[in-house]
Amino acid sequence: MVNRETWDWNNGSRAICDLGALEDRFDEVHELTASPDGERIAAPVLTAPDTFSVAVNDQRWEGEFEKAWHLAFTPDGRLTALVRIDDEWTLAIEGEPWEDRWEFAWNPIFSRDGSVIAVQIKDNMEYTVAVNGTAWEKKFPSSRGLALSPDGKRAAAVVQVEPLAEADVFGFFEGTWSLAVDGEPWERKFINAYGPTFSEDGERIAAEVRLDICEYTLAEDSVPWDNRFGCIWEPSYRNGSSHLLAPVRVAGSWTIAENGEPIWASRFMQLWNQRLSPDGSRIAAVATTSFGQWSVVVDDRLWKSSFDDMVLPPVFAPDGSRVAATVRSKGRWGLAVDDRPWTETFDMAWDPIFSPDGARVAAKVERDGRFAVFMDGRSWSPWFDMLWDPIFSPDGTRMLVRAVENGTLVRHVVDVATGFQS
Amino acid sequence: MADLEDMKIIDPGVDDNIAKLTPERIERTVNKVLTQETAARLKIYMDTCVHCGLCADSCQSYVSRDKDPDYAPVAKVKDTIWEMVRRKGKVDAEFLHNAARIAFIDCGACRRCSMYCPFGIDISYLIMTTRRILNLLGVVPQYLQDTTNSHAATMNQMWVQQDDWIDTLMWQEEDAQVELAGTRIPLDKEGADIMYSVIGPEPKILAQLIANMAIIFKVAGADWTMPSTDGWDNSNMAMYSGDFETMGRVERLHWDRASQLKVKRVVMGECGHAYRGAVYDGPRWLGWTKPPIPMVHAVEYYYDIIKSGRIKIAHKYEGSVTVQDPCNIVRGRGLQDKLRYVVNAICEDFRDMDPHYEHNYCCQAGGGLINCGPPWKRSRMKSNRIKAEQIHGTGAHMVITPCHNCHSGIEDIIGHYKLGCHVSFISELLVKTMEMSEA
Ligand code: SF4
Ligand code: SF4
Ligand code: SF4
Repeated sequence: MVNRETWDWNNGSRAICDLGALEDRFDEVHELTASPDGERIAAPVLTAPDTFSVAVNDQRWEGEFEKAWHLAFTPDGRLTALVRIDDEWTLAIEGEPWEDRWEFAWNPIFSRDGSVIAVQIKDNMEYTVAVNGTAWEKKFPSSRGLALSPDGKRAAAVVQVEPLAEADVFGFFEGTWSLAVDGEPWERKFINAYGPTFSEDGERIAAEVRLDICEYTLAEDSVPWDNRFGCIWEPSYRNGSSHLLAPVRVAGSWTIAENGEPIWASRFMQLWNQRLSPDGSRIAAVATTSFGQWSVVVDDRLWKSSFDDMVLPPVFAPDGSRVAATVRSKGRWGLAVDDRPWTETFDMAWDPIFSPDGARVAAKVERDGRFAVFMDGRSWSPWFDMLWDPIFSPDGTRMLVRAVENGTLVRHVVDVATGFQS
Repeated sequence: MADLEDMKIIDPGVDDNIAKLTPERIERTVNKVLTQETAARLKIYMDTCVHCGLCADSCQSYVSRDKDPDYAPVAKVKDTIWEMVRRKGKVDAEFLHNAARIAFIDCGACRRCSMYCPFGIDISYLIMTTRRILNLLGVVPQYLQDTTNSHAATMNQMWVQQDDWIDTLMWQEEDAQVELAGTRIPLDKEGADIMYSVIGPEPKILAQLIANMAIIFKVAGADWTMPSTDGWDNSNMAMYSGDFETMGRVERLHWDRASQLKVKRVVMGECGHAYRGAVYDGPRWLGWTKPPIPMVHAVEYYYDIIKSGRIKIAHKYEGSVTVQDPCNIVRGRGLQDKLRYVVNAICEDFRDMDPHYEHNYCCQAGGGLINCGPPWKRSRMKSNRIKAEQIHGTGAHMVITPCHNCHSGIEDIIGHYKLGCHVSFISELLVKTMEMSEA
């Protein structure tokens, strides 16, 4: 969502697409995807038996494919789909497939501004990565998991670097997995590697690695931390620095370790999904101190409120001063902001969205199969048949709401302060 | 005296790894688990057992092996974990060789015996603790370890590559459309009511079962989805090899996927151990008291859609059937009545096994046993003659097995004891018997 400033932020409601008409035009209309700016809605459609295209508002891509799925808008608003042509797969952008095609292509990921797209590919029974349509030269027996640096200049994948014979349990423990960065595998092999993560400047890359049956640590640029842990979860870099941290399990309980050493005094039964404030100075994570007491811990201080089912990854306000999370308790979904749970609960609640100044928190919620935006704990919009996450205007005074009512996608721009006027 | 043939089996995962161990490492590992990982429970059980032997007759291996006392549940823990405690971890290679056989092959952790122990001693827990120690020593039957390695590397049980998973769902969708036009397998549909998850062997060797379920969902009018990426496998053999870290990683991903897809519940295919992993052992290791999002076993789901009339049976299956009560969903969850409701709804001629319900004998395939592979198959057969007798006693021509391990295990028993019947999942019968219209 890089160019939010250029979107139409004039108050009012505009019908974008008659979905009923879309259904009438095609034999099948698959899952709908709305563009971030709310100007377009797209879906894979069946144009003839076994023939797919992509419908966008009342148009459709010229090209037809044997399959089209996994529609996604890049952060800069381009529509992508995975498509199959002559039994080979590639990515199509705004209807234009990349020139190269492979046995399989999947898991497209985008750089922060959307200019770089990486996918995992299989070619002649071997695995590798393609970046903006060009495949790495080196190929591997397997690959799972992909990462791009925020600027898109570097790509990495978890790769199997040694073939393994069937049931070769000894070879497995000698290490057959590693990371490949920009096409080159790390020199060192590990039993397993998980969760590759780039630093913000793309200069460094780290991953969880497994060194023995029950011995884990992080490796950065192929060098493992000296300390070993009973278990570990995916790492994060502090924004704006090269400090690397991850939840680690020490003597049966969890804490956060930074550059190899525990930095928090607290120990938890579980600790994961750490998130950094935008300036990198604060850490919030999901934790439980005993069975089913899920909560949020911010800079080593646990919230007082807890939730028996689950807490989703916490979200920082843009200035890092506030923390919110989606929570589930006694079978109902809700939100909690700075340790205060909303009183209203829902059949489902999506991620919290802070206003640019951090003063307000909005979220998409569901009740009885209908969807609405709630703001600061209270109902803020009418209930719709379908809804995408609301988006604040750059100045925070307006909200873009992409919603389907009576079979039509409508793009609403509404004053945050006054809300929908009925 | 334990089976001599079994005692002589050399399993590289067990014996080659034992050969690499030092007495110090063995002692350190045993004591680490005893002091850091086992609750007071272990000691209480040891102090409570009065060696009355009342648990003996409850175990299929004891009964099937002519009441050989070495196969009584209490003997299995006496010869493994209790001896490790008694000797403070000073046990040798021969001891570990035998302990691995007992813990991984002779006990399926089915928990039947606990029901007959006057003190409710949980033999299965004690056996799992033995397995935990053996896992940390690297002493795990080769094929079971390979399955765990697959979980660790791929997050699924059968080394299924990410592209093969997607491709399989796509061709299963096409196959399902041949049976019922318009059937879909919606991938990554955020906000669907149901996420459907399966076990690794389905895409690998039993892909038809996924198409079956797609048809059932279509007829029932369900709003459902499947994840296109890792986290789709709900099974967990790492739980049974004692690699709890890998177990936890696999379960976390499964529940992460469900929460990312914003589903209201997860419906899982017909599997017993996967239910245990996803509902009990996995969540507990991770800090949950129960699955964070409700988990519905296929049997419960079929019950709901039949009972509520969302699917109707057009013509019942006429052949004679019996049913294997899978330990993990019957003894573990109490689904026996729903299971019978479903079977009676679909089948004309249902004959129960004796004993049944929570008293049913385990198939001697679950608990990781069948995953120990070919070297141990004869042993499994010998340990479950009673199951062959049970099946034979019903006179049924088909055994319905709403659990993958039961399915394979009972197929083996039928072959070994020449029972001349077949096994079937419920979904296979459901797609043949339910009303289907393309509306
Ligand atoms: S197989 Fe079942 S009955 Fe036999 S000892 Fe193990 S848990 Fe008990
Ligand atoms: S029935 Fe219970 S007390 Fe008796 S021998 Fe078995 S485990 Fe021990
Ligand atoms: S495979 Fe089936 S019967 Fe056997 S242990 Fe599992 S659930 Fe029990």
